[in-house]
Amino acid sequence: MQERVKAKAIELLESGACTRVLGWKAGEFFYDVTPAVFTSREEVERDFVFGPFCGANLSKYLIAESRKGGKVGAFLKPCDTYSFRQLQKEHRVLRENVYAVGVQCIGMCDIEAVKAAGMKGVVGAEERGEDLVVRTLYGERTMERRAALAERCQVCKSKKLLDCDERIGGQGEELSSARFDGVARLEAMTAEERFAFWRGELSRCIRCNACRNVCPACSCEKCVFDNPASGAENKAAADSFEENLFHIIRAFHVAGRCTDCGECSRVCPQHIPLHLLNRKFIKDINELYGGYQAGEDPETRPPLVDFRLDDPEPSVVHERGRKG
Amino acid sequence: MQVNESFRPTIVAFCCNWCSYAGADLAGTNRLQYPADVKIIRIPCSCRLNPLFILRAFQRGADGVILCGCHPGDCHYTTGNYYARRRMTLLFSMLDYLGIERERTRVEWVSAAEGAKFAETMNSFVETVARLGENKRLEDLRCKSE
Repeated sequence: MQERVKAKAIELLESGACTRVLGWKAGEFFYDVTPAVFTSREEVERDFVFGPFCGANLSKYLIAESRKGGKVGAFLKPCDTYSFRQLQKEHRVLRENVYAVGVQCIGMCDIEAVKAAGMKGVVGAEERGEDLVVRTLYGERTMERRAALAERCQVCKSKKLLDCDERIGGQGEELSSARFDGVARLEAMTAEERFAFWRGELSRCIRCNACRNVCPACSCEKCVFDNPASGAENKAAADSFEENLFHIIRAFHVAGRCTDCGECSRVCPQHIPLHLLNRKFIKDINELYGGYQAGEDPETRPPLVDFRLDDPEPSVVHERGRKG
Repeated sequence: MQVNESFRPTIVAFCCNWCSYAGADLAGTNRLQYPADVKIIRIPCSCRLNPLFILRAFQRGADGVILCGCHPGDCHYTTGNYYARRRMTLLFSMLDYLGIERERTRVEWVSAAEGAKFAETMNSFVETVARLGENKRLEDLRCKSE
């Protein structure tokens, strides 16, 4: 796959179809792959990677890249294309300046999952069929690729590539996934247990804002968390209240627009399962207002700027609690 | 330290200018009693209520927050309360999900003619929150005065 993606990048640059190409390159370590812009064949040949750790969603970068003049090529995985379409729906990306190449995805790996499987001194990894061959300082070891997948990929919602000018690896299908199971498990707990769980998670927040900066839905030019007058501006959380405040408000601001790409959880240096907050909103929206997948349909109104006359009353939350 | 004094909750009531705020007035002119623990904040429409306001109220010492607006279909701006309804449903559900007592938040539709309903609503909400006690889970210790 990497060779096909690289060849396409070179083709786009050399044919003049694009002045630059957005892709991935290895960071300090082979597994911390970072988004990068490539402008020449040499750069692509030297740095471009596409492998099991290219989890980064490139669609957000297109907001700025599509405004720099000339055409930008971008490689998008299925979940990236949902964000891409959602951004177009919000008039954030200039579609005509983007040449989108959809890349089929078999799920991205999480280095923490690899390490958790007992791999020590990991220096490289590659996919071989259903296995992940891990090169370590102590020799080559093999693990099941499924076990190395990121949580979001284990419960992948769709392999469908939306809005692409061309595709590498063919079109995929929407999948029926178990992605709301984690939310349901929390919902089944008592309020005390949930409170204790979230305190344990959110109290680790160092307020680095990585979740906000990486989130394709968080693309406001003026963010409430950057506004000193909001009283919620960018600073280390000094009280448990502020930790809750930041995450409630952030999840609320992307509610109805979050495509559940899972980037927030991927980049969190404290491994806070932030996707559980966003998925709670998605699950509630699906249950209360009918199924809705952000980014899927360019025409429908997002659920929070829409209503039906017979929407349930807010007391539904209290009633649901009493039943459970 | 007040040890023996019984707990009185602080309630913030966001009231729509066109209905519930007038409903509170009517409750007053009709001499209907409701506890003085309720602090009313007038907003132009229930849909003006930014979720941040609710969180901020809790931070600054509220033990319960209630939103009162026009009955669905009667919004002064035609549709504002329909949007507010969705937002509040999702926000309350999220607060519940984080383990914050769901009885601390409520939405009630009270028209300008429903002075009695306003007083009843406030009586029952204050009673509910008083039973829950002090807001501990969404408090900010720096904002505590004592």
